[in-house]
Amino acid sequence: MRTSASTFAQGVDFSLYVIAGISIFFLIGITIVMLFFVFRYNKKRNPVASNIEGSHKLEIIWTAVPTLLVMVMFYYGWMGYKPLRTVPAGALEVTAYGQMWKFSFEYPDGRLTDSLVVPIGKPVKINLVSRDVLHSLFIPAFRMKEDMVPGKNNFLWFEATEKGRFDILCAEYCGQLHSYMLSSVTVLDEAGYNQWLATASSISEEHPGLTLLKQNACLTCHSQDGSKIIGPSFKGVFGKTEIVESEGVEREIVIDEAYISRSIKQPNADVVKGYLKGLMVSYEAVLSDEQISQITDYIKTLK
Amino acid sequence: MTAVSTHLNFFQTKKGIFSWIFSVDHKRIALLYFYSLITFFLVGVTLGLLMRYELLNPGKDLVEAKTYNQIFTMHGVIMIFLFIIPSIPAVFGNFFLPIMLGTDDVSFPRLNLLSWWIYVIGALMALSTLLFGDGPADTGWTFYAPYSVKTGTNVTMSVLAAFVIGFSSILTGLNFIVTIHRLRTPGMTFLKMPLFAWSLYATSWIQLLATPIIGITLLMIVAERVLGVGLFDPSIGGDPILYQHLFWIYSHPAVYIMALPAFGVISEMLPTFSQRTIFGYKAIAFSSLAIAFVGYFIWGHHMFTSGMSGTARFVFSMLTFLVAIPTAIKVFNWVATLYKGSINVQPPLLYTLAFIFQFMIGGFTGLVLGALATDIHLHDTYFVVGHFHYVMFGGTGFAFFGALHYWYPKIWGKMYNIKVANVAFVIFFIGFNMLYFPMLIAGLMGMPRRYYDYLPEFHLPNMISTYGSWVLAVGLILMLSNLVAGLLKKNQNVGRNPWNGITLEWQTLSPPPLENFDRMPEIPLNGPYDFEHKPEIKD
Repeated sequence: MRTSASTFAQGVDFSLYVIAGISIFFLIGITIVMLFFVFRYNKKRNPVASNIEGSHKLEIIWTAVPTLLVMVMFYYGWMGYKPLRTVPAGALEVTAYGQMWKFSFEYPDGRLTDSLVVPIGKPVKINLVSRDVLHSLFIPAFRMKEDMVPGKNNFLWFEATEKGRFDILCAEYCGQLHSYMLSSVTVLDEAGYNQWLATASSISEEHPGLTLLKQNACLTCHSQDGSKIIGPSFKGVFGKTEIVESEGVEREIVIDEAYISRSIKQPNADVVKGYLKGLMVSYEAVLSDEQISQITDYIKTLK
Repeated sequence: MTAVSTHLNFFQTKKGIFSWIFSVDHKRIALLYFYSLITFFLVGVTLGLLMRYELLNPGKDLVEAKTYNQIFTMHGVIMIFLFIIPSIPAVFGNFFLPIMLGTDDVSFPRLNLLSWWIYVIGALMALSTLLFGDGPADTGWTFYAPYSVKTGTNVTMSVLAAFVIGFSSILTGLNFIVTIHRLRTPGMTFLKMPLFAWSLYATSWIQLLATPIIGITLLMIVAERVLGVGLFDPSIGGDPILYQHLFWIYSHPAVYIMALPAFGVISEMLPTFSQRTIFGYKAIAFSSLAIAFVGYFIWGHHMFTSGMSGTARFVFSMLTFLVAIPTAIKVFNWVATLYKGSINVQPPLLYTLAFIFQFMIGGFTGLVLGALATDIHLHDTYFVVGHFHYVMFGGTGFAFFGALHYWYPKIWGKMYNIKVANVAFVIFFIGFNMLYFPMLIAGLMGMPRRYYDYLPEFHLPNMISTYGSWVLAVGLILMLSNLVAGLLKKNQNVGRNPWNGITLEWQTLSPPPLENFDRMPEIPLNGPYDFEHKPEIKD
């Protein structure tokens, strides 16, 4: 039922079996004893109760035994966990970005991808960066999870032990489309990985503006077909007259190059009436003016 | 049959709605709480059923993602702040603490009434988000920053509601602490107090000392949303991890606010239905205090994946395991109380046995989550959802309904149909386990919580869970309608002591008179459960 595809999976599963094993033993044992007492000392069989106040010996036993057992559980939990924080030297470093509601990954050579591709048997360190709210990068097959906290640089690392494609899920609630914030990690053998690296970030036929919109998760909130998701749709938006709210004052504007640029750099300055403030973060540091004009060119084509 | 008493019971003394909503009688206030709590509970159940229906199949079944997110937030806020935190203390604590201590009311009756009013005002504020503003919050009941600072829904009103309700909790705690210290009947030393009083004592200290922290934290969210003060949102200079610490410094001890009173109720029902003294009175009493104390230092286990330092994770995990020890001591003593008893299997005992079984599952799954390696995998998955429902609902919820069946004849002076109550219990028990056990499996498979939609591999456990929610609903409806039907019976006389209990509430009339006792209560010679020297109770 459960795929285990990283070097940690074994340690995590082993501590699970230790704790679950002890727990199930006591759960069943105590339940059976309890039901037996209810049956054996039922008032029909035992009309007169004995008033037993307690027993020091038993109290000591059932304080000492659980103490020992929970310390054993703690120990295995800690031992299974320790390697998760010790990154081997020379690990491949990838930066993972989380934003509502998309993961993206940046490789040392600068390529940006929607899903993770890693070589088998090589340590990979993932630096976790959030661009807006809390997210959590969760790879069930690797038994691995760490939160992406804005303003804080968390990390995780793993070494994949099995080839294949495994789910990545967002595990920290991040708003409306939290459950759709999915991606995957593909584990390739050395040769396959090198081949993937060698294929230059595919020269695509699509408009460079569209590529930028995809890379920056713009399209999870802004549709291209006129439907309203979180922010206004891009369809037919250029040249449209809208009422915007600027510092509490409503005014009418025409959507032009300057407005689009300002909306990308200071998204909360002029918010179109009917949409919420504070949901979009500034992309001033992410996109250059040239890229913004590519995006604007693309938006112009969506009529 | 027994002679009809000439005493007016507390229902008969005054009539009219104002004699209730402005009553300073602890019994009437307890019932005010009961009727309000059960109303909110049913709202919470309805929201829960809607959530389960939505999750029956992958994709959309009923509502949109945003609505679903608002539903689970409302479900959590209602169940936690409006039902489970006040539940046993506010209803059964208010009603029975003074009677079990042999006194006529709590120390501050007017403050007690004020607590109920604060609770109602807070509850109405929470519900007002359904009608006013930009819709109910969609943050989850934890209101994690920075999402709670950024979202456009009405988070401000929701957190203000929780802030207001906090005062109700603080004042009730204060009232109980003073009552326990000052109003015990002559001869009742601390070690002759019933264990329910002990558990309320431990609970009250947590309510008094921990609740102010959540109060100020929630106000900080309001300050950030309304005034733009950068406290938790890094884009304006705040720290989201600070919020998580402040939130859990209250909310983890709050788990014991929810659980300890249930332990107290269980410790009352076991001696009554075994007709013998509790096993290890002192061990049970002091373990409540130990749980309350250790419970303050383990909040960090909610944050194992937030990027805390390795040292913090080590310390919080170890301390978390320590809290399991006093809890285990309780379970062993409860089971030992059945040994050589003369056991009378009645509906309250069935709830007690189910409590012990389900609470153990809740506790053991808690150990899995307290261990670092396993928590990294299971954190924020359905395993956590299953775990805390086993503790809160399978534990405290079952104890609440057990207590309701136990004290029902004392409160209303009537008796429900025992057979129907047993059948309802069985359906309820099966439904509960069908609803929540598959969640543990889904979590182990890796399904994250707060998911509106899920991958196809999680379909089976979700389907079983949803079917279970329907079974549970049937059991609940049958149980409640049986209890209501009992109230409609006329001219019943259940006597003073239908279960042959020993604590002081069984020495007075059912329902009790306004002053609680028609004659001076007698305390048993050697502690509260000394069945060998049980004072004779004449009707």
